[in-house]
Amino acid sequence: MSIRIDQDKCVGCMKCIDVCPGSLIVEKDHKAHMRYPKDCWGCVSCVKECRFSAIDFYLGADIGGNGSTMNVSIEGDILHWIIRKKDGTITEIQVNSKDSNKY
Amino acid sequence: MSKKLDHKVIHTDVLIIGGGTAGCYGAVTISQHSNLSVVIAEKANIKRSGCLAAGVNAINAYIVKGRTPEDYVNYATEDAKGIVRKDLLLTAAERFNSVTAAMEELGLVILKDEEGNYAARGNRNIKINGENFKPLLAKAVKEASNVTVLNRVNVTDLIVEENEVKGAIGFHILDETVYEIRARKVLMATGGAAGLYRPNNPGFSRHKMWYPPFNTGAGYAMGILSGAEMTSFEMRFIALRCKDTIAPTGTIAQGAGARQINSSGEVYEAKYGITTSERVYGTIRENLEGRGPCYLKTSGMDTDKDEELLKAYLNMAPSQTLKWLESGKNPSEQDVEISGTEPYIVGGHTASGYWVNTKRETTIRGLYAAGDVSGGCPQKYVTGALAEGEIAALDIIEKIQEEKELSGDLAFAASKIEEYEGKLKDKPGLFTVQELEEAMQKAMDEYAGGISTYYQFNESNLSLAEEKINQILGLWEDLTACDMRELMEIYELRERLIVCKSVIAHLLHRKETRWHSFNENLDHMETDKAYEKYVNSRLTEGNLQMIYRDIVKEAEYEHKD
Repeated sequence: MSIRIDQDKCVGCMKCIDVCPGSLIVEKDHKAHMRYPKDCWGCVSCVKECRFSAIDFYLGADIGGNGSTMNVSIEGDILHWIIRKKDGTITEIQVNSKDSNKY
Repeated sequence: MSKKLDHKVIHTDVLIIGGGTAGCYGAVTISQHSNLSVVIAEKANIKRSGCLAAGVNAINAYIVKGRTPEDYVNYATEDAKGIVRKDLLLTAAERFNSVTAAMEELGLVILKDEEGNYAARGNRNIKINGENFKPLLAKAVKEASNVTVLNRVNVTDLIVEENEVKGAIGFHILDETVYEIRARKVLMATGGAAGLYRPNNPGFSRHKMWYPPFNTGAGYAMGILSGAEMTSFEMRFIALRCKDTIAPTGTIAQGAGARQINSSGEVYEAKYGITTSERVYGTIRENLEGRGPCYLKTSGMDTDKDEELLKAYLNMAPSQTLKWLESGKNPSEQDVEISGTEPYIVGGHTASGYWVNTKRETTIRGLYAAGDVSGGCPQKYVTGALAEGEIAALDIIEKIQEEKELSGDLAFAASKIEEYEGKLKDKPGLFTVQELEEAMQKAMDEYAGGISTYYQFNESNLSLAEEKINQILGLWEDLTACDMRELMEIYELRERLIVCKSVIAHLLHRKETRWHSFNENLDHMETDKAYEKYVNSRLTEGNLQMIYRDIVKEAEYEHKD
């Protein structure tokens, strides 16, 4: 359970560094780096904060991770969650932040 | 060579330690009702810190139509087998609905039925979209003009003189600066403690746990070291969770109506009882007796529930959604395996924490406690944390004496600064924080009722646990840090070790099994009427003194001794 920051997509805005509740992300050469990958809680606050889809969330192999990654882009009230599987398949789930959970 | 740290002194009317749910709501309340200056010291950033970082998808403590706050008190009392403070439960329950309405004002989305009433999920719950719960609260704090937020400031110690709180001291985790914060009143809102026991996934995903791994029991430790009375640390909390992802089960069980089944498909929950601890215990027994793994039966449910479940989890525990998608099977096509977590110490689900009066003032004058750090009021959850933040804030406003001098013992601050600086060395010691944390978690797991012993222990085990924790505390003295963040890790470990000692002492002094799994004492396997009491403790001259207190019956409780 952790995140991976794509150094090519990262623009160095440092919003992920600010928001991480574990202070796990640090600045290096004007980019964000995940310094403590084993200490990630999986809250995905950083993933939601990143406007450049530079941060991917994934499950560790020890908890069943099979190589898929997930990130999110936000347009107004809509969160577009994008899940990329190892075989390249992409699934998108849209969540309207104005809709309550049904369960 | 050790570093020299800058020293900043801040004066404020009210200091709030921890900017989670309770702390932020306390700050907003003070701001709405007074002109008092407030400082929130938060070791991360209040936007997403605390229990609600990922979100929350239901309000689980709400008085739904046709129910009363007294019904809630009765439910929580029964679930905790009587070891609760009814005065605290009732005063929290009376505010559940008003704090929910206040959150709706701040922008929280709550599901409504056709008549415009909140849609209930069971007897005590309502459905929301709480993905942005914490950012909404943080925004309200930001807009409060008399509140200053110090993000990335890690408080380590209270400043207490003659049993009255005078402030607190800590340091910035990036800048080399010590913060000495002098205050007339202090609200402790740091949350509970995770990471005491070896976790479910001890390797790469060690922090994939139920409770925030960053909640280290700091507030408990500060209170214990300052001589505050604490209660019910033996009422550990073990969550029943989706295996591996440690995601909530309530949304599937209560929301989608899935039952707990064993590997033969038998519904086993009724066999063991349906209190919170019995649901965990039943799952453990089924596994022990060869009928595991256990599941929540989602296979065969209506496929139209699939999408809503995937979305619901994205709003609070996205790893579970990813797990479903990664497996290539929807919830309706496979059951969800469940397991118990490692034990945590919390005051929001179980009742561990500061022993407070009805207004949430601790036994240290001027020090209040709200949320998970405050004891005696189990199952208060998110709305209870908000309610306690509000109750404490209103009492602070009433009792504060603005003309009172902000004084304090300068020698204490100087000695703390010397202690911090002494740990900042380039030369590493023999052991690292990580190594000692693993040693602590192993000792607690094996000898104080962790996962590997099916949460069971006897008194001989506990004595060994105590010996090992004391040994690790001795090694703690020699830890060194190369920067301020590492210095925080050193203090986080100290906090956990201090809480471990209290947990062991409390487990040793409840000589009965009152809650299966939560306190499964193999030397005393039955519930004993003689222990229908609170087990409390207070550090006096370096020794933990245990206090058995009679169950509080009065509507308003005040500290007397």
